[in-house]
Amino acid sequence: MSIKVLRPGLLSSIQDLGRYGYQKHGVIVSGAMDAFSLRIGNLLVGNMENQAGLEITLVGPQLLIKDDLLIAITGGNLTPMIDGVDVPMWRPVYVKGGSVLSFGPCQSGCRAYLTVGGGYELPSIMNSDSTYLRAGIGGFCGRALQKDDQLAVGTPGRNTSKRMSLLASKAIKQSFVAPNWYAGLYGHSDAATPATVRITRGIQYDWFTAESLLQFTSQPFQVTPQSDRMGYRLKGEALKLRQPSEMISEAVALGTIQVPPDGNPIILMADRQTVGGYPKVAQVISVDVPRIAQVKPGGKIQFIEIEHREAEALYFAREKFIAEVKKGLNLKFFS
Amino acid sequence: MKQQDNDTVQIEYIPLGEAAVLIEFGKVINIETHRKVKACADYLDQHPLPGMIEYVAAFSSLTVFYDPVVVLNVKHTTGIQSAYELVTSLLQDIVANLERSVDIKPKVVEIPVCYGGEFGPDLEYVAGYNKLDIDEVIHIHSNSEYLVYMIGFAPGFPYLGGLDERISTPRRQSPRTLIPERTVGIAGMQTGVYPIATPGGWQLIGRTPVELFRPNEYPPSLLQAGNIVRFKPITLKEYQEYKGECL
Repeated sequence: MSIKVLRPGLLSSIQDLGRYGYQKHGVIVSGAMDAFSLRIGNLLVGNMENQAGLEITLVGPQLLIKDDLLIAITGGNLTPMIDGVDVPMWRPVYVKGGSVLSFGPCQSGCRAYLTVGGGYELPSIMNSDSTYLRAGIGGFCGRALQKDDQLAVGTPGRNTSKRMSLLASKAIKQSFVAPNWYAGLYGHSDAATPATVRITRGIQYDWFTAESLLQFTSQPFQVTPQSDRMGYRLKGEALKLRQPSEMISEAVALGTIQVPPDGNPIILMADRQTVGGYPKVAQVISVDVPRIAQVKPGGKIQFIEIEHREAEALYFAREKFIAEVKKGLNLKFFS
Repeated sequence: MKQQDNDTVQIEYIPLGEAAVLIEFGKVINIETHRKVKACADYLDQHPLPGMIEYVAAFSSLTVFYDPVVVLNVKHTTGIQSAYELVTSLLQDIVANLERSVDIKPKVVEIPVCYGGEFGPDLEYVAGYNKLDIDEVIHIHSNSEYLVYMIGFAPGFPYLGGLDERISTPRRQSPRTLIPERTVGIAGMQTGVYPIATPGGWQLIGRTPVELFRPNEYPPSLLQAGNIVRFKPITLKEYQEYKGECL
Protein backbone atom coordinates (compact mmCIF):
# COMPACT_ATOMS: atom_id res chain seq x y z
CA MET A 1 0.00 0.00 0.00
CA SER A 2 1.30 3.44 -0.75
CA ILE A 3 0.74 7.12 -1.26
CA LYS A 4 2.23 8.96 -4.23
CA VAL A 5 3.26 12.60 -3.99
CA LEU A 6 1.80 14.58 -6.90
CA ARG A 7 2.78 17.95 -5.41
CA PRO A 8 4.93 18.23 -2.27
CA GLY A 9 3.54 21.42 -0.70
CA LEU A 10 5.70 24.00 1.07
CA LEU A 11 7.31 21.77 3.70
CA SER A 12 5.86 18.31 4.21
CA SER A 13 8.04 16.09 6.37
CA ILE A 14 7.62 12.84 8.26
CA GLN A 15 7.74 13.37 12.03
CA ASP A 16 7.02 11.22 15.05
CA LEU A 17 7.18 12.34 18.69
CA GLY A 18 10.93 12.88 18.46
CA ARG A 19 14.31 11.22 18.62
CA TYR A 20 15.03 10.82 22.31
CA GLY A 21 18.09 9.45 24.04
CA TYR A 22 20.67 10.97 21.70
CA GLN A 23 20.83 14.59 22.84
CA LYS A 24 23.99 13.84 24.81
CA HIS A 25 25.59 13.07 21.44
CA GLY A 26 24.41 16.42 20.08
CA VAL A 27 21.56 14.85 18.09
CA ILE A 28 18.51 17.10 18.20
CA VAL A 29 15.07 15.76 19.16
CA SER A 30 13.10 16.92 16.06
CA GLY A 31 9.57 15.49 15.92
CA ALA A 32 6.15 17.00 15.38
CA MET A 33 5.85 20.72 16.20
CA ASP A 34 2.29 20.10 17.40
CA ALA A 35 2.78 16.73 19.07
CA PHE A 36 -0.72 16.80 20.54
CA SER A 37 -2.35 16.77 17.09
CA LEU A 38 -0.09 13.97 15.90
CA ARG A 39 -0.91 11.84 18.96
CA ILE A 40 -4.66 12.29 18.46
CA GLY A 41 -4.28 11.65 14.72
CA ASN A 42 -2.61 8.33 15.43
CA LEU A 43 -5.23 7.29 17.96
CA LEU A 44 -8.02 8.08 15.48
CA VAL A 45 -6.66 5.62 12.91
CA GLY A 46 -5.87 2.92 15.49
CA ASN A 47 -2.09 3.46 15.60
CA MET A 48 0.23 3.83 18.56
CA GLU A 49 0.40 7.46 19.71
CA ASN A 50 4.08 7.77 18.87
CA GLN A 51 3.98 6.57 15.26
CA ALA A 52 5.10 8.91 12.52
CA GLY A 53 2.74 11.20 10.64
CA LEU A 54 3.15 13.66 7.82
CA GLU A 55 3.59 17.23 9.07
CA ILE A 56 2.15 19.64 6.52
CA THR A 57 3.05 23.33 6.63
CA LEU A 58 0.94 26.28 5.38
CA VAL A 59 0.64 25.07 1.78
CA GLY A 60 -0.42 21.43 1.68
CA PRO A 61 0.65 18.72 -0.73
CA GLN A 62 -1.39 16.86 -3.32
CA LEU A 63 -1.31 13.13 -2.68
CA LEU A 64 -2.59 10.15 -4.62
CA ILE A 65 -3.98 7.58 -2.17
CA LYS A 66 -3.25 4.47 -4.21
CA ASP A 67 -5.00 1.88 -2.01
CA ASP A 68 -7.95 1.86 0.41
CA LEU A 69 -6.68 3.50 3.59
CA LEU A 70 -7.87 4.78 6.95
CA ILE A 71 -6.54 8.31 7.45
CA ALA A 72 -7.02 11.21 9.85
CA ILE A 73 -6.20 14.88 9.47
CA THR A 74 -5.60 16.88 12.65
CA GLY A 75 -3.89 20.14 13.64
CA GLY A 76 -4.34 23.36 11.69
CA ASN A 77 -7.17 23.63 9.17
CA LEU A 78 -5.56 23.82 5.71
CA THR A 79 -8.84 22.94 3.97
CA PRO A 80 -8.28 19.25 3.28
CA MET A 81 -10.20 17.85 0.31
CA ILE A 82 -10.54 14.45 -1.30
CA ASP A 83 -11.32 14.56 -5.01
CA GLY A 84 -12.39 18.17 -4.47
CA VAL A 85 -14.82 17.48 -1.59
CA ASP A 86 -14.07 18.92 1.88
CA VAL A 87 -12.90 16.24 4.32
CA PRO A 88 -13.84 16.65 7.99
CA MET A 89 -10.92 16.81 10.41
CA TRP A 90 -10.28 15.16 13.80
CA ARG A 91 -11.95 11.84 12.87
CA PRO A 92 -11.04 8.60 11.11
CA VAL A 93 -11.71 8.77 7.35
CA TYR A 94 -12.00 5.74 5.10
CA VAL A 95 -10.53 6.63 1.70
CA LYS A 96 -10.94 4.58 -1.47
CA GLY A 97 -7.84 3.75 -3.46
CA GLY A 98 -7.30 6.06 -6.43
CA SER A 99 -8.54 9.19 -4.62
CA VAL A 100 -6.55 12.41 -4.51
CA LEU A 101 -6.05 14.24 -1.20
CA SER A 102 -5.29 17.92 -1.59
CA PHE A 103 -5.31 21.05 0.55
CA GLY A 104 -6.71 24.52 0.02
CA PRO A 105 -6.34 27.81 1.85
CA CYS A 106 -5.00 27.93 5.39
CA GLN A 107 -8.12 28.70 7.46
CA SER A 108 -6.72 28.38 10.96
CA GLY A 109 -3.37 27.33 12.36
CA CYS A 110 -0.53 26.48 10.00
CA ARG A 111 0.46 22.85 10.54
CA ALA A 112 -1.73 19.85 9.76
CA TYR A 113 -0.95 16.19 10.41
CA LEU A 114 -1.83 13.32 8.12
CA THR A 115 -1.81 9.96 9.86
CA VAL A 116 -2.55 6.63 8.18
CA GLY A 117 -3.74 3.39 9.77
CA GLY A 118 -0.73 1.04 9.77
CA GLY A 119 1.64 3.99 9.80
CA TYR A 120 4.29 4.94 7.25
CA GLU A 121 6.90 2.27 6.59
CA LEU A 122 10.30 3.78 7.10
CA PRO A 123 13.76 2.68 8.15
CA SER A 124 14.07 4.02 11.71
CA ILE A 125 17.23 5.95 12.45
CA MET A 126 18.28 6.12 16.10
CA ASN A 127 14.90 4.74 17.21
CA SER A 128 12.89 7.41 15.47
CA ASP A 129 11.19 8.13 12.15
CA SER A 130 11.47 11.90 12.54
CA THR A 131 13.13 13.78 9.70
CA TYR A 132 16.29 15.58 10.85
CA LEU A 133 16.36 18.00 7.96
CA ARG A 134 19.75 19.61 8.57
CA ALA A 135 21.62 16.32 8.99
CA GLY A 136 19.65 14.75 6.13
CA ILE A 137 18.64 11.65 8.07
CA GLY A 138 15.45 9.96 9.25
CA GLY A 139 11.91 10.23 7.93
CA PHE A 140 11.62 9.85 4.16
CA CYS A 141 15.20 9.90 2.79
CA GLY A 142 16.17 12.51 5.38
CA ARG A 143 14.32 15.30 3.60
CA ALA A 144 10.99 16.97 2.98
CA LEU A 145 8.72 15.27 0.43
CA GLN A 146 9.30 15.87 -3.28
CA LYS A 147 7.19 15.25 -6.36
CA ASP A 148 6.87 11.56 -7.30
CA ASP A 149 7.97 10.23 -3.89
CA GLN A 150 6.17 7.02 -2.94
CA LEU A 151 5.35 6.67 0.74
CA ALA A 152 4.89 3.05 1.76
CA VAL A 153 2.08 2.38 4.24
CA GLY A 154 2.39 -0.42 6.80
CA THR A 155 -0.03 -3.29 7.27
CA PRO A 156 -3.04 -2.12 9.29
CA GLY A 157 -3.29 -3.56 12.77
CA ARG A 158 -6.42 -5.01 14.36
CA ASN A 159 -7.75 -1.63 15.54
CA THR A 160 -7.33 -0.08 12.11
CA SER A 161 -8.89 -2.99 10.24
CA LYS A 162 -11.95 -3.01 12.48
CA ARG A 163 -12.53 0.70 11.97
CA MET A 164 -11.99 0.40 8.22
CA SER A 165 -14.49 -2.38 7.79
CA LEU A 166 -17.08 -0.58 9.92
CA LEU A 167 -16.79 2.58 7.83
CA ALA A 168 -16.57 0.68 4.53
CA SER A 169 -19.80 -1.16 5.36
CA LYS A 170 -21.66 2.10 4.84
CA ALA A 171 -21.92 1.64 1.10
CA ILE A 172 -20.36 4.70 -0.44
CA LYS A 173 -20.49 6.37 -3.77
CA GLN A 174 -18.12 9.09 -2.61
CA SER A 175 -14.36 8.69 -2.50
CA PHE A 176 -14.40 8.67 1.29
CA VAL A 177 -16.59 8.17 4.31
CA ALA A 178 -16.20 9.68 7.76
CA PRO A 179 -18.27 9.38 10.93
CA ASN A 180 -20.36 12.37 12.04
CA TRP A 181 -18.49 12.73 15.32
CA TYR A 182 -15.02 14.06 16.03
CA ALA A 183 -12.56 13.58 18.86
CA GLY A 184 -9.58 15.18 20.44
CA LEU A 185 -10.18 18.93 20.11
CA TYR A 186 -8.46 20.50 23.09
CA GLY A 187 -8.81 24.13 22.17
CA HIS A 188 -5.21 24.65 21.14
CA SER A 189 -5.76 25.45 17.50
CA ASP A 190 -8.48 28.04 17.94
CA ALA A 191 -8.05 31.12 15.82
CA ALA A 192 -7.74 33.54 18.75
CA THR A 193 -5.40 36.42 18.08
CA PRO A 194 -3.16 37.12 19.74
CA ALA A 195 -2.65 33.48 20.76
CA THR A 196 -2.42 33.33 24.54
CA VAL A 197 0.50 31.24 25.67
CA ARG A 198 1.21 30.37 29.29
CA ILE A 199 4.78 30.45 30.55
CA THR A 200 6.73 29.76 33.71
CA ARG A 201 9.85 31.66 34.74
CA GLY A 202 13.05 30.73 32.92
CA ILE A 203 16.31 29.77 34.60
CA GLN A 204 17.85 33.24 34.05
CA TYR A 205 14.59 35.14 34.67
CA ASP A 206 16.29 37.26 37.35
CA TRP A 207 18.94 38.47 34.89
CA PHE A 208 16.42 40.76 33.18
CA THR A 209 15.39 44.24 34.28
CA ALA A 210 12.11 44.57 36.16
CA GLU A 211 10.82 46.80 33.36
CA SER A 212 11.59 44.19 30.69
CA LEU A 213 9.92 41.46 32.70
CA LEU A 214 6.81 43.57 33.11
CA GLN A 215 6.69 44.31 29.39
CA PHE A 216 7.21 40.66 28.57
CA THR A 217 3.74 39.69 29.79
CA SER A 218 1.94 42.99 29.22
CA GLN A 219 2.13 43.33 25.45
CA PRO A 220 2.00 40.83 22.59
CA PHE A 221 4.95 39.80 20.45
CA GLN A 222 4.87 39.33 16.70
CA VAL A 223 6.14 36.13 15.05
CA THR A 224 8.67 37.11 12.36
CA PRO A 225 9.02 35.41 8.95
CA GLN A 226 12.41 34.03 10.09
CA SER A 227 10.55 31.54 12.28
CA ASP A 228 10.83 27.86 11.46
CA ARG A 229 10.91 24.38 13.00
CA MET A 230 14.02 25.33 14.94
CA GLY A 231 12.66 28.42 16.61
CA TYR A 232 10.06 31.16 16.58
CA ARG A 233 11.80 34.53 16.41
CA LEU A 234 9.69 37.21 18.02
CA LYS A 235 9.60 40.97 17.63
CA GLY A 236 8.36 43.34 20.27
CA GLU A 237 9.82 45.52 23.00
CA ALA A 238 13.46 44.34 23.29
CA LEU A 239 14.30 42.68 26.61
CA LYS A 240 17.23 44.10 28.55
CA LEU A 241 19.60 42.44 31.00
CA ARG A 242 20.33 44.13 34.34
CA GLN A 243 24.01 43.92 33.44
CA PRO A 244 25.90 42.32 30.57
CA SER A 245 26.55 38.72 31.60
CA GLU A 246 28.20 35.79 29.87
CA MET A 247 26.29 32.57 30.18
CA ILE A 248 27.78 29.10 30.22
CA SER A 249 26.00 26.97 27.61
CA GLU A 250 23.51 24.53 29.13
CA ALA A 251 20.62 22.35 28.04
CA VAL A 252 17.46 23.86 26.54
CA ALA A 253 14.05 22.26 26.10
CA LEU A 254 11.04 22.42 23.81
CA GLY A 255 9.41 25.80 24.45
CA THR A 256 12.43 27.43 26.11
CA ILE A 257 12.43 31.19 25.44
CA GLN A 258 15.98 32.47 25.12
CA VAL A 259 17.06 36.04 24.54
CA PRO A 260 20.12 36.84 22.39
CA PRO A 261 21.96 40.16 22.82
CA ASP A 262 19.58 42.04 20.49
CA GLY A 263 16.82 41.51 23.07
CA ASN A 264 14.37 39.77 20.72
CA PRO A 265 13.17 36.51 22.25
CA ILE A 266 13.34 33.18 20.43
CA ILE A 267 11.01 30.30 21.36
CA LEU A 268 12.90 27.06 20.80
CA MET A 269 10.87 24.49 18.90
CA ALA A 270 11.21 20.90 17.62
CA ASP A 271 14.49 21.31 15.70
CA ARG A 272 16.24 23.28 18.48
CA GLN A 273 19.86 22.57 19.27
CA THR A 274 20.56 20.50 22.38
CA VAL A 275 22.28 23.32 24.28
CA GLY A 276 22.04 27.10 24.26
CA GLY A 277 24.18 29.95 25.47
CA TYR A 278 21.61 32.74 25.72
CA PRO A 279 19.76 33.62 28.93
CA LYS A 280 16.38 31.94 29.24
CA VAL A 281 13.69 34.38 30.33
CA ALA A 282 10.80 31.92 30.32
CA GLN A 283 9.56 28.48 29.45
CA VAL A 284 6.36 27.85 27.51
CA ILE A 285 4.29 25.28 29.37
CA SER A 286 4.16 21.92 27.64
CA VAL A 287 0.40 22.11 27.10
CA ASP A 288 0.69 25.38 25.15
CA VAL A 289 3.58 24.46 22.82
CA PRO A 290 1.11 23.20 20.15
CA ARG A 291 -0.57 26.63 20.21
CA ILE A 292 2.73 28.21 19.16
CA ALA A 293 3.25 25.59 16.46
CA GLN A 294 -0.05 26.78 14.95
CA VAL A 295 0.78 30.52 14.90
CA LYS A 296 1.70 31.71 11.41
CA PRO A 297 4.53 34.14 10.67
CA GLY A 298 3.06 37.60 11.25
CA GLY A 299 0.78 36.27 13.96
CA LYS A 300 0.83 37.53 17.54
CA ILE A 301 1.51 35.85 20.86
CA GLN A 302 0.57 37.13 24.32
CA PHE A 303 2.42 35.53 27.23
CA ILE A 304 0.76 34.86 30.58
CA GLU A 305 2.84 33.78 33.57
CA ILE A 306 1.73 30.88 35.75
CA GLU A 307 3.37 28.86 38.54
CA HIS A 308 5.37 25.72 37.77
CA ARG A 309 3.04 23.65 39.97
CA GLU A 310 0.04 24.74 37.90
CA ALA A 311 1.90 23.96 34.67
CA GLU A 312 2.59 20.46 35.93
CA ALA A 313 -1.10 20.00 36.85
CA LEU A 314 -2.07 21.09 33.31
CA TYR A 315 0.43 18.58 31.92
CA PHE A 316 -1.26 15.76 33.83
CA ALA A 317 -4.72 16.99 32.80
CA ARG A 318 -3.71 16.83 29.13
CA GLU A 319 -2.33 13.32 29.52
CA LYS A 320 -5.57 12.28 31.17
CA PHE A 321 -7.55 13.81 28.30
CA ILE A 322 -5.53 11.88 25.71
CA ALA A 323 -5.94 8.64 27.68
CA GLU A 324 -9.70 9.24 27.70
CA VAL A 325 -9.81 9.90 23.96
CA LYS A 326 -8.01 6.60 23.45
CA LYS A 327 -10.44 4.74 25.69
CA GLY A 328 -13.45 6.44 24.08
CA LEU A 329 -12.33 5.52 20.56
CA ASN A 330 -11.89 1.90 21.47
CA LEU A 331 -15.40 1.82 22.97
CA LYS A 332 -16.95 3.52 19.94
CA PHE A 333 -15.62 0.94 17.56
CA PHE A 334 -16.16 -1.98 19.87
CA SER A 335 -19.89 -1.67 20.29
CA MET B 1 16.25 23.79 45.54
CA LYS B 2 19.79 23.97 46.86
CA GLN B 3 22.36 21.56 48.21
CA GLN B 4 25.96 21.81 49.42
CA ASP B 5 28.50 19.42 47.95
CA ASN B 6 31.72 18.11 49.53
CA ASP B 7 33.61 21.20 48.38
CA THR B 8 30.78 23.33 49.84
CA VAL B 9 29.95 24.52 46.36
CA GLN B 10 26.24 25.18 46.18
CA ILE B 11 24.45 22.84 43.82
CA GLU B 12 21.14 24.08 42.45
CA TYR B 13 18.18 22.16 41.05
CA ILE B 14 16.05 24.19 38.67
CA PRO B 15 13.05 23.06 36.60
CA LEU B 16 13.41 23.37 32.81
CA GLY B 17 9.75 23.09 31.94
CA GLU B 18 7.50 20.33 33.29
CA ALA B 19 9.65 17.45 32.09
CA ALA B 20 13.25 18.34 32.94
CA VAL B 21 15.43 19.34 35.90
CA LEU B 22 18.73 21.14 35.47
CA ILE B 23 21.42 20.45 38.07
CA GLU B 24 23.91 23.30 38.27
CA PHE B 25 27.20 22.02 39.69
CA GLY B 26 29.02 25.34 39.48
CA LYS B 27 29.15 28.69 37.76
CA VAL B 28 32.53 28.37 36.04
CA ILE B 29 34.09 26.21 33.36
CA ASN B 30 36.87 24.17 34.92
CA ILE B 31 38.03 20.59 35.14
CA GLU B 32 36.81 20.17 38.73
CA THR B 33 33.22 21.06 37.77
CA HIS B 34 33.46 19.00 34.59
CA ARG B 35 34.41 15.95 36.69
CA LYS B 36 31.32 16.35 38.87
CA VAL B 37 29.08 16.56 35.79
CA LYS B 38 30.83 13.52 34.33
CA ALA B 39 30.50 11.52 37.56
CA CYS B 40 26.76 12.23 37.64
CA ALA B 41 26.40 11.32 33.95
CA ASP B 42 28.30 8.06 34.46
CA TYR B 43 26.09 7.19 37.41
CA LEU B 44 22.90 7.86 35.43
CA ASP B 45 24.22 5.72 32.55
CA GLN B 46 24.49 2.83 34.97
CA HIS B 47 21.41 3.59 37.07
CA PRO B 48 18.82 5.54 35.09
CA LEU B 49 16.07 7.06 37.24
CA PRO B 50 12.61 5.56 36.81
CA GLY B 51 10.89 7.67 34.15
CA MET B 52 14.13 9.24 32.94
CA ILE B 53 14.21 9.73 29.16
CA GLU B 54 17.75 11.05 28.78
CA TYR B 55 20.20 13.59 30.11
CA VAL B 56 22.28 16.37 28.59
CA ALA B 57 25.68 16.97 30.18
CA ALA B 58 27.06 20.49 29.67
CA PHE B 59 30.11 22.43 30.98
CA SER B 60 28.83 22.97 34.50
CA SER B 61 25.36 21.45 34.51
CA LEU B 62 23.51 18.26 33.80
CA THR B 63 19.87 18.24 32.76
CA VAL B 64 17.66 15.21 33.27
CA PHE B 65 14.66 14.87 30.95
CA TYR B 66 11.85 12.68 32.28
CA ASP B 67 8.29 11.58 31.62
CA PRO B 68 6.23 13.11 34.47
CA VAL B 69 3.49 10.49 34.12
CA VAL B 70 5.90 7.58 34.50
CA VAL B 71 7.73 9.30 37.36
CA LEU B 72 4.57 9.66 39.44
CA ASN B 73 3.32 6.18 38.57
CA VAL B 74 6.40 4.57 40.04
CA LYS B 75 5.65 3.34 43.55
CA HIS B 76 7.20 5.58 46.14
CA THR B 77 6.67 6.27 49.80
CA THR B 78 7.60 9.91 50.05
CA GLY B 79 4.09 11.25 49.58
CA ILE B 80 5.41 13.80 47.10
CA GLN B 81 2.74 14.79 44.57
CA SER B 82 4.90 16.72 42.12
CA ALA B 83 6.99 14.92 39.49
CA TYR B 84 9.55 17.74 39.60
CA GLU B 85 9.94 17.51 43.39
CA LEU B 86 10.20 13.74 43.26
CA VAL B 87 12.86 13.72 40.54
CA THR B 88 14.77 16.47 42.36
CA SER B 89 14.77 14.57 45.64
CA LEU B 90 16.00 11.41 43.90
CA LEU B 91 18.74 13.39 42.15
CA GLN B 92 19.81 15.05 45.42
CA ASP B 93 20.37 11.61 46.92
CA ILE B 94 22.39 10.55 43.89
CA VAL B 95 24.51 13.69 43.85
CA ALA B 96 25.17 13.52 47.60
CA ASN B 97 26.54 10.00 47.21
CA LEU B 98 28.56 10.45 44.02
CA GLU B 99 32.00 8.91 44.26
CA ARG B 100 34.71 11.52 43.97
CA SER B 101 35.58 10.52 40.43
CA VAL B 102 38.60 8.32 40.83
CA ASP B 103 40.99 9.27 38.10
CA ILE B 104 40.00 6.71 35.52
CA LYS B 105 42.25 7.01 32.50
CA PRO B 106 40.29 9.02 29.96
CA LYS B 107 39.99 7.61 26.46
CA VAL B 108 42.37 9.34 24.04
CA VAL B 109 41.10 9.79 20.49
CA GLU B 110 43.52 10.73 17.72
CA ILE B 111 42.03 12.74 14.88
CA PRO B 112 44.11 13.01 11.69
CA VAL B 113 43.96 16.44 10.07
CA CYS B 114 45.09 17.62 6.65
CA TYR B 115 45.98 21.26 7.46
CA GLY B 116 45.79 24.22 5.08
CA GLY B 117 45.14 24.27 1.35
CA GLU B 118 41.52 24.21 0.24
CA PHE B 119 40.64 22.40 3.49
CA GLY B 120 41.97 25.20 5.69
CA PRO B 121 41.49 28.51 3.86
CA ASP B 122 42.06 30.53 7.07
CA LEU B 123 45.32 28.85 8.16
CA GLU B 124 47.39 31.71 6.77
CA TYR B 125 45.17 34.27 8.49
CA VAL B 126 45.52 32.45 11.84
CA ALA B 127 49.32 32.40 11.37
CA GLY B 128 49.45 36.07 10.40
CA TYR B 129 47.15 37.14 13.22
CA ASN B 130 49.41 35.42 15.75
CA LYS B 131 52.69 36.42 14.02
CA LEU B 132 53.64 32.81 13.43
CA ASP B 133 54.36 30.84 10.31
CA ILE B 134 51.96 28.15 9.12
CA ASP B 135 54.08 25.23 10.31
CA GLU B 136 54.23 26.69 13.80
CA VAL B 137 50.42 26.93 13.91
CA ILE B 138 50.13 23.29 12.83
CA HIS B 139 52.78 22.25 15.33
CA ILE B 140 51.09 24.03 18.22
CA HIS B 141 47.59 22.83 17.28
CA SER B 142 48.67 19.21 16.96
CA ASN B 143 50.86 19.13 20.07
CA SER B 144 48.16 19.90 22.63
CA GLU B 145 45.74 17.62 24.39
CA TYR B 146 42.14 18.75 24.33
CA LEU B 147 39.47 17.77 26.83
CA VAL B 148 35.97 17.15 25.45
CA TYR B 149 33.85 19.17 27.88
CA MET B 150 30.58 18.41 26.15
CA ILE B 151 28.94 17.38 22.89
CA GLY B 152 26.36 19.74 21.43
CA PHE B 153 25.56 22.48 18.90
CA ALA B 154 25.58 19.86 16.12
CA PRO B 155 25.51 16.04 16.26
CA GLY B 156 28.90 14.84 17.48
CA PHE B 157 30.33 18.38 17.79
CA PRO B 158 32.87 18.50 20.65
CA TYR B 159 33.36 21.58 22.83
CA LEU B 160 37.11 21.27 23.40
CA GLY B 161 39.16 22.90 26.13
CA GLY B 162 42.91 23.33 25.94
CA LEU B 163 43.64 25.53 22.92
CA ASP B 164 47.09 27.10 23.16
CA GLU B 165 46.73 30.88 23.54
CA ARG B 166 49.44 31.41 20.93
CA ILE B 167 47.06 30.34 18.13
CA SER B 168 43.81 31.77 19.54
CA THR B 169 42.05 33.79 16.81
CA PRO B 170 38.73 35.65 16.87
CA ARG B 171 35.80 34.51 14.73
CA ARG B 172 35.43 35.85 11.20
CA GLN B 173 33.60 39.18 10.83
CA SER B 174 30.99 37.62 8.59
CA PRO B 175 30.17 33.93 8.99
CA ARG B 176 30.41 31.59 6.01
CA THR B 177 27.05 30.34 4.80
CA LEU B 178 28.30 26.78 4.53
CA ILE B 179 31.26 25.05 6.10
CA PRO B 180 31.89 21.55 4.75
CA GLU B 181 31.58 18.62 7.14
CA ARG B 182 34.72 17.46 9.00
CA THR B 183 36.35 20.90 8.83
CA VAL B 184 38.62 21.83 11.75
CA GLY B 185 38.36 25.37 13.02
CA ILE B 186 39.42 27.87 15.66
CA ALA B 187 37.18 30.48 17.31
CA GLY B 188 38.63 32.55 20.12
CA MET B 189 39.98 30.12 22.70
CA GLN B 190 38.05 27.20 21.20
CA THR B 191 38.92 24.65 18.59
CA GLY B 192 36.64 22.00 17.15
CA VAL B 193 35.50 19.96 14.18
CA TYR B 194 32.21 20.54 12.32
CA PRO B 195 30.62 17.06 12.04
CA ILE B 196 28.00 18.14 9.49
CA ALA B 197 27.90 20.98 7.00
CA THR B 198 26.62 24.12 8.78
CA PRO B 199 26.95 27.87 8.51
CA GLY B 200 29.56 29.25 10.88
CA GLY B 201 32.07 31.94 11.71
CA TRP B 202 35.07 29.87 12.74
CA GLN B 203 38.55 30.23 11.24
CA LEU B 204 39.04 27.10 9.15
CA ILE B 205 42.47 25.48 9.36
CA GLY B 206 42.07 21.95 8.01
CA ARG B 207 39.90 18.91 7.52
CA THR B 208 39.81 15.40 8.91
CA PRO B 209 38.84 12.33 6.89
CA VAL B 210 37.23 10.86 10.03
CA GLU B 211 33.46 11.02 10.49
CA LEU B 212 32.52 12.49 13.88
CA PHE B 213 28.80 11.81 13.39
CA ARG B 214 27.81 8.21 12.60
CA PRO B 215 24.02 8.02 12.51
CA ASN B 216 23.98 4.27 11.88
CA GLU B 217 26.26 3.32 14.76
CA TYR B 218 25.94 3.40 18.51
CA PRO B 219 27.02 5.73 19.94
CA PRO B 220 26.43 7.97 16.93
CA SER B 221 29.17 10.34 18.08
CA LEU B 222 32.87 9.46 17.72
CA LEU B 223 33.67 11.56 20.79
CA GLN B 224 32.11 11.54 24.24
CA ALA B 225 32.32 14.09 27.05
CA GLY B 226 35.45 13.34 29.07
CA ASN B 227 37.54 12.05 26.14
CA ILE B 228 40.94 13.53 25.31
CA VAL B 229 41.53 14.57 21.69
CA ARG B 230 44.85 14.82 19.88
CA PHE B 231 45.16 16.11 16.34
CA LYS B 232 47.71 14.44 14.06
CA PRO B 233 48.90 16.24 10.89
CA ILE B 234 48.56 14.18 7.70
CA THR B 235 49.35 14.92 4.06
CA LEU B 236 46.76 15.35 1.32
CA LYS B 237 47.82 11.93 -0.02
CA GLU B 238 47.24 10.30 3.37
CA TYR B 239 43.89 12.08 3.59
CA GLN B 240 42.83 10.70 0.22
CA GLU B 241 44.07 7.23 1.11
CA TYR B 242 42.07 7.35 4.32
CA LYS B 243 38.92 8.37 2.47
CA GLY B 244 39.64 5.67 -0.12
CA GLU B 245 39.71 3.00 2.59
CA CYS B 246 36.34 4.15 3.78
CA LEU B 247 34.68 3.78 0.40
